[in-house]
Amino acid sequence: MYQVVNLLSIWAIPCFIAFILTHGWWKKVPVYDTFVEGAKGGLVTTIRILPHLVAMMVAITLFRQSGALDLFLELIKPLLVFLHIPSEIVPLALLRPLSGTGSLAIATDIIAQYGPDSMIGRLASTMQGSTDTTFYVLTVYFGAVGIRNSMYALKVGLWSDLMGVVASLVVVAVLF
Amino acid sequence: MLNVIWLFMIVISIIVAAINGRMETVSQAVFDGAKTGLTVSFGLLSVLIFWMGLMKIAEKSGLLHLVSIALGPIVQRLFPDIPKGHPAIGYIMSNISANILGLGNAATPMGLKAMEELQKLNPDKERASPAMCTLLAINTASITLIPTTMIAIRLQYGSSNAFEIVSSTLLASSIATLFALMLDRYYRYRTMNKLR
Repeated sequence: MYQVVNLLSIWAIPCFIAFILTHGWWKKVPVYDTFVEGAKGGLVTTIRILPHLVAMMVAITLFRQSGALDLFLELIKPLLVFLHIPSEIVPLALLRPLSGTGSLAIATDIIAQYGPDSMIGRLASTMQGSTDTTFYVLTVYFGAVGIRNSMYALKVGLWSDLMGVVASLVVVAVLF
Repeated sequence: MLNVIWLFMIVISIIVAAINGRMETVSQAVFDGAKTGLTVSFGLLSVLIFWMGLMKIAEKSGLLHLVSIALGPIVQRLFPDIPKGHPAIGYIMSNISANILGLGNAATPMGLKAMEELQKLNPDKERASPAMCTLLAINTASITLIPTTMIAIRLQYGSSNAFEIVSSTLLASSIATLFALMLDRYYRYRTMNKLR
């Protein structure tokens, strides 16, 4: 299992690249010129995303460093004790939809402290791995095409993040 | 909604900092945050340039069209508004496959190309179309088969079985994704009824 998964993740991208290039060459596409033409799009997209990302990161960093996140955690603590949720995992669950690098730092810290094979270590691994950063995805995807009104997308993203946290708690408790 | 949340996060943070007597951290955090935004964008830049160049070749060679036709029926069920054989389907399919394999670097450019194609079909360019919301729901929940980063970290800290989280992650992310798709459907019908 270990070897298969490892091999798959190493081979997938190189094979994919080689396949696209040879298929293009076979179909008589001028591959280099086409690559450069398409690559310009990446530049335009990044510039469009940049202001959105800066705005979002400022708010998220501020929220963490001012102590607002800690305060919020303190407020909901009684509820967590009532639900038998281990309090060490809560900062991770709360930060997961806000910041990918921030939550990864917390998950790493938990693993370093409690060990990767502990219950809480497995829970942290599952939680971090099972959902993506909602605010980042929303900012980047909608920012790239200039959508201002995100309709119900944020609501759906945040509710499913909560579902991901609950699912991680249940799945880890049942599986291990 | 994003306007309110953004405002709320910043104002609350400043008030909390004032109460805690940590006002000096506020301006530091603002600059740190802005810097992080820039660093993340730069990281994205190289990846986007490469993959968008490569995907242009797949588009011109007709490979993307082939993928759209072959896997169209699956995606079509999730995105009923996209016309048959539209390039958006090929990009959405590549985006989902990259997500499942845990190739986040490749998933984002494909997702953004899909967004561009969906924007061409969108009648109101400033409002997200139902198809865009569905694509977002899939990406925020993101079914994951191989959580590469977490496996690497577990190995680094001497796990005796770093891969044991593959099953739990797959299960938890599948549940979250299924839930996201159902919720997305619910809101889609509710807004459609309201607009009618």
